[in-house]
Amino acid sequence: MVFKRKDLLGMEDLSKEEILFILKTAESFREVLERPIRKVPTLRGKTVVNLFFEPSTRTRMSFELAEKRLNADVLNFSSSNSSVIKGETLLDTARNILAMKVDCLVLRHPTPGAPHLLAKKLPVSVINAGDGAHEHPTQALLDLYTIRERKGGVEGLKIVIIGDIAHSRVARSNIWALQKLGAEVRVCAPPTLIPPLIEKMGVKVFYSQEDALKEVDIVMMLRIQKERQNTGLLPSLSEYIELFSLTEERLGLAKDDALIMHPGPVNRGIELPAKLADGKRSVILNQVTNGVAVRMAVLYLLLGKS
Amino acid sequence: MSLLIRNGRLIDPATNHDAVVDILVEGGMIKKIAPKINGSCDELIDATNKVVVPGLIDMHTHLREPGREDEETIQSGTRAAAKGGFTTICCMPNTDPPIDDPSLVEFIYQEAEKEGLVEVLPIATISKARGGKDLSPMGRLKKAGAVAFSDDGDWVADSHLMRRALEYVKMLTLPLISHCEDRRLSQDGVMNEGYISTVLGLKGMPKEAEEVALLRDLALCKMTESLLHVAHLSTANGVELIRKAKVSRVRVTTEVTPHHFTLTDREVKSFDTNTKVNPPLRGKRDVEALKEGLKDGTIDVIATDHAPHLAEEKENEYNAAPFGVVGLETALGLVIKELVQTRTLTLMEAIAKLTINPARVLRINRGLVKEGARANLTIFDLEKKWLVTEDGFFSKSNNSPFLGWELPGKVEWTIVGGKVVYQDD
Repeated sequence: MVFKRKDLLGMEDLSKEEILFILKTAESFREVLERPIRKVPTLRGKTVVNLFFEPSTRTRMSFELAEKRLNADVLNFSSSNSSVIKGETLLDTARNILAMKVDCLVLRHPTPGAPHLLAKKLPVSVINAGDGAHEHPTQALLDLYTIRERKGGVEGLKIVIIGDIAHSRVARSNIWALQKLGAEVRVCAPPTLIPPLIEKMGVKVFYSQEDALKEVDIVMMLRIQKERQNTGLLPSLSEYIELFSLTEERLGLAKDDALIMHPGPVNRGIELPAKLADGKRSVILNQVTNGVAVRMAVLYLLLGKS
Repeated sequence: MSLLIRNGRLIDPATNHDAVVDILVEGGMIKKIAPKINGSCDELIDATNKVVVPGLIDMHTHLREPGREDEETIQSGTRAAAKGGFTTICCMPNTDPPIDDPSLVEFIYQEAEKEGLVEVLPIATISKARGGKDLSPMGRLKKAGAVAFSDDGDWVADSHLMRRALEYVKMLTLPLISHCEDRRLSQDGVMNEGYISTVLGLKGMPKEAEEVALLRDLALCKMTESLLHVAHLSTANGVELIRKAKVSRVRVTTEVTPHHFTLTDREVKSFDTNTKVNPPLRGKRDVEALKEGLKDGTIDVIATDHAPHLAEEKENEYNAAPFGVVGLETALGLVIKELVQTRTLTLMEAIAKLTINPARVLRINRGLVKEGARANLTIFDLEKKWLVTEDGFFSKSNNSPFLGWELPGKVEWTIVGGKVVYQDD
């Protein structure tokens, strides 16, 4: 198949074939990461700009590494040293960067749709590195990659996503992606952190972790923002921990070979105890490694042949 | 100066008139309406195969002057009105400064006299500086010419103040116009709360923000036996509440905008900021209920909530863009396309909601065509289609969600006080 997109904006509008094609492509880049010289000339002469309007360490580093391993020239721009505070609009900022002749923008932005705006208005490739609570497609792709690596496939698996579903782009991208590949997806959180009518996305909603964990193959924990307790969404963090933190006992309800995933960064002792995060069920660091390969694949497919 | 409008199909809901006639206008007034008028005149309009209606009235316009003359002025806004067939528009007081003082009401009249193409009737604030704390000088504002009171954009959250405002305007027999939105419920929201906001991860504004505010306002309206007009109704439950209130003889009226009876929150999926309005575009069921409310008379008025914003403000990420769309130039076309052609309303019923009904809500002597009345008239071609384009607007702004739409009902002539203020070329 030929991958014909200009941009990668979300999992909602990708077909199953496109997803599988990206994952297949990622396999060869995953192999590159194991070589003594972890670099290929694929994007030599191309320039990629990482435009980050939200604090991020792991995603930005992962993209940067992916770009460098493909031999692209890389520019980093984050909102703390940007002209945005001077009142320049997002489009103006992007147009100015484009005037310096670049090939791709990787955008992280707090507003849903921000990458879609740039993709629509600008002639370069735009990769969504997280837009508010909307989508984070490369995270979902690396999660799929990790699941396939460990489980052989996604079809027929039961997967529960536990945590702040309402504010999570990771949840939304994974809900689309996992279902497209044939998994059954459950979400579990207190009702204040479940957005309205989410069951229309095809998921089952659980308020009780005990019920949600029964017979699942994958437990995906989401990071909880500590600020949620001050906005009427949670009475307190300690109550959240009591009700929704993953424990060994609760994990016993899942399948014996169930895996623990987390998009990071982990709040140790909040979403799950250190013992589980570092235990043999955890694939959290594999996710991070695979992230680089998946992002290399995406960059290659969008920029490689033009 | 005399003007003869020949052979037009006059539709006048106030007199239930629907027949082809000649209309003679003299000295700014309608002199004679008859099947055939002979004799000489200074100006002749051949209205054969055209529809002649009372000049349209928009009781919810944002003219942005004073304060945001970069977005719209009284001059540009009244030109847009004329192009849309409106001969009378009521401007909302959320300007900078807000219209909370008689001198500002006078300023609007003076500017409209100098620069305006159509009649501009100012709506003044309920509270000083729209602050929601102290009543504005409503008696003096009325004397200066205010036709209604509203803190538009901000609901009067203080129930005590709203009660007193409703009581106070009883002696002025002017309506209070309420923007029903409980801000604590809709806080930080940018679109309707529902499945689409869940998918997009955008912060939702629940329908209950309108419902809760409306329930309180209806209770206070009933208590005070005053006049309440509910601005831009958007929800099915809102329609039902007003329907019931009217049955129990609460003196409430309401309006709907063309974008609310045409579009749903599905449109937001494009992230086009011209779908960002307040109240937000709702669901399909709400659109159906609004149409039902128009049909059974629960909704009295169609108003535009014309809200001009610059392209550079709208060409922004969704959260950063301002709320609002322009509406004066597309309203009639949308009414015909979405309500008349779908047989939701007859043409007569639709025109009533754009003419005599708003005139009755505001108690102004407008919105009808009869001998001796002021000659405010709109003449349009019911069938003729036109394309909504970015550069086709007379408004200073073109933030319309209907760009690229083909609309029926081309306005051909707009006449204010016997004078042609717009003619299609």
